[in-house]
Amino acid sequence: MVELRPEPQYATLARQTETAQLGMWVFLATEVLFFGALIFGYYIYRISYPDQFLLAGQDTKLLLGSINTALLLTSSVTMVASIEYVKRDDIARAAAALFITALLGFAFLGVKGYEYVEDYRDHTVPLLNFLLKPSQHPPAELFWLFYFIATGIHAVHLSIGIVAVLVMAFHTRHRRYSAAYYSPLEVLGLYWSFVDAVWLFLFAAIYPLGRAG
Amino acid sequence: MLLPYLISWLVLLVLLGISVLSAYLPLGGFHPLANFGIAVIQAAIVFAIFMRLRDPPAIKWVFAGAGFFWLLFLFGIGVIDYLTRAGFPAG
Repeated sequence: MVELRPEPQYATLARQTETAQLGMWVFLATEVLFFGALIFGYYIYRISYPDQFLLAGQDTKLLLGSINTALLLTSSVTMVASIEYVKRDDIARAAAALFITALLGFAFLGVKGYEYVEDYRDHTVPLLNFLLKPSQHPPAELFWLFYFIATGIHAVHLSIGIVAVLVMAFHTRHRRYSAAYYSPLEVLGLYWSFVDAVWLFLFAAIYPLGRAG
Repeated sequence: MLLPYLISWLVLLVLLGISVLSAYLPLGGFHPLANFGIAVIQAAIVFAIFMRLRDPPAIKWVFAGAGFFWLLFLFGIGVIDYLTRAGFPAG
């Protein structure tokens, strides 16, 4: 058991916890701007080339994207569940919830990888093997460029999250956290759910396109 | 204890279902608006419930809101041309 004492610059452990949370919120504010600019750029192009974006969007894998959205939403529940369990000193369940969270993250990456392979087979990968389909014009490639940049950056964020969740799962199992101190879990939970929220916007922008005939 | 999270999770999944179904509805130009609107509601639930914005300290609203506040400038100034000029972009 680690001795519970705040770092020297904090008067109490509660202050330290509060500061850690606010620090993560500051980082997330920069992420809002980062992803916000990316998504805004996408919509500007979409307004400029509405028909081409709809044509290109038809080739996205809506089912796979939906499954991935459900996986991430579920992982946010298991993430907060781990925090709730550690608050009750139910360490075994807290660690299990964290391992399930990481597993759901891996499942997301697996589905995404499969989707990328399918995209490659469909010749929708800009710079590698992109082919315009009948009635498509070059702006259709812009859509796919955004698709790979946005989902790629998101996958990097998620991968970082998975590593962090796994580290914390082991820490939790070794009782580094308890009802008295679980600040790192809370901070990580913020990051995890934020990455989930970003995906919700990417899904809305990329997937439900051009299916209405 | 976990009930609020499970209810939120169900609501989020239902909203996902609505978003997917809306893709097949003849909404015309309102598709992006509908999908983006649903994403905003979903993200609001994630922020309020899963990221516990409703819990103290209240000052985290300032930090959380700052990013979105600056984003308003980007969005606002970015769309001025589209909102105020007829027939833009040309062609």
